[in-house]
Amino acid sequence: MTLQIHQLACQRGERVLFRQLSFEVAAGQAWRIAGANGSGKTSLLRLLCGLAWPAAGEVRWAGQNIRALREQYCAHLLYIGHLHGVQDDLSARENLMVQATLSGTPISRLQAEQALTQLGLGGRMELPARVLSQGQRKRVALARLALAGQQPLWILDEPFTALDQSAVQALCSTLNAHLARGGSVIYTTHQEVHLSAGEQRLLELGLTERSC
Amino acid sequence: MLNTLLCILRRDLLLSMRRRADVLTTLCFFIIVVTLFPLGVGAEPALLRTLAPGILWVAALLASMLATGRLFAQDYADGTLEQMVLASEPLALIVLAKICAHWLVTGLPLVLLAPLLAVQFDLPAGRAAVLSLSLLLGTPILSLIGAIGAALTLGLRSGGVLLALLVLPLYIPVLIFGAGAVGAEASGLGAEAHLLLLGGALAGALVLAPWATALALRISLE
Repeated sequence: MTLQIHQLACQRGERVLFRQLSFEVAAGQAWRIAGANGSGKTSLLRLLCGLAWPAAGEVRWAGQNIRALREQYCAHLLYIGHLHGVQDDLSARENLMVQATLSGTPISRLQAEQALTQLGLGGRMELPARVLSQGQRKRVALARLALAGQQPLWILDEPFTALDQSAVQALCSTLNAHLARGGSVIYTTHQEVHLSAGEQRLLELGLTERSC
Repeated sequence: MLNTLLCILRRDLLLSMRRRADVLTTLCFFIIVVTLFPLGVGAEPALLRTLAPGILWVAALLASMLATGRLFAQDYADGTLEQMVLASEPLALIVLAKICAHWLVTGLPLVLLAPLLAVQFDLPAGRAAVLSLSLLLGTPILSLIGAIGAALTLGLRSGGVLLALLVLPLYIPVLIFGAGAVGAEASGLGAEAHLLLLGGALAGALVLAPWATALALRISLE
């Protein structure tokens, strides 16, 4: 299944961030969205999720407009934004279980504990998220990736920020495994990250598209 | 589908347990307002009996409005709301679960406390029962309507005032029929008609409000 972006335009107030943007995300492709601060990377990702309306153009999933598909599209999508949806007063495990249920793949307590242990949160999963550091909270959000076998499309906004070296490596291998399975990833980052699996594409906002 | 509903319900109840102060603020507000009236008005039993339904209802309405502002604020701030919009289940269903949880912690305690507080007004047992019943039917309507207002004013700086302006006109019919039920019972007409109207309004709100709230949330998140 592919995600087609057709003649997409985005406007913030008076300013046009991009217009007539067209590309196609096929299975097994990793698209990195690059660009300076304020060039509309997050806005583009929110448009692709269906969180915001485009000023013009449309986003199609498997040939149909995502606005018409709505929940059917969301069932195929995993989005982790700038705000990663980790609630302060819930523990890491509770956060993960709620998020998994929301994305349509409820998990057991044991599965949640395993996923968190994998991400190095073994001893802290029953503590309220309030006491976790930024990086640890990010890990809680990213723990969903390890459980998201069913969603073919991942949209990640700055997934590598606040992570230490080993966590970046672990995330890369999760992404590689996902790409090797035939999934697709759209992500933004300012860090130099090398994914080995799948087909790497680059989209620079503010410039023309080029492939690398 | 039921799984998601129960999961969100459990999560919101758990969060309310962990943030007990928020819940207690609403309850304390209700108790204080209701308790101050007999002290201020004076100990005239006949007068107090007449005033009781109105005072209890107005206090419940204000307490409910005080609480609705918080319905989506936290989820909006930390991004959980985005995940709810992008969930694989309809947003209206998730919203319904949130409203249910909200009513269980802010509405139900008011219903249970009302007959106890009515003692201060020397309200006869029959009328106190009608009052509780009218609150039982009425407070969920307040939560449902309040949710639409909370969703529309989400993320606005002066959201509190705007919320009141948006929601109050819709609260007024509920107040009139709710407090009127007790009055009708007292005058010997029977409260049945008022309670049936409240029941009808509840059924209508239960169908329309989650859907309207879901639409408002999508707009607010954009």
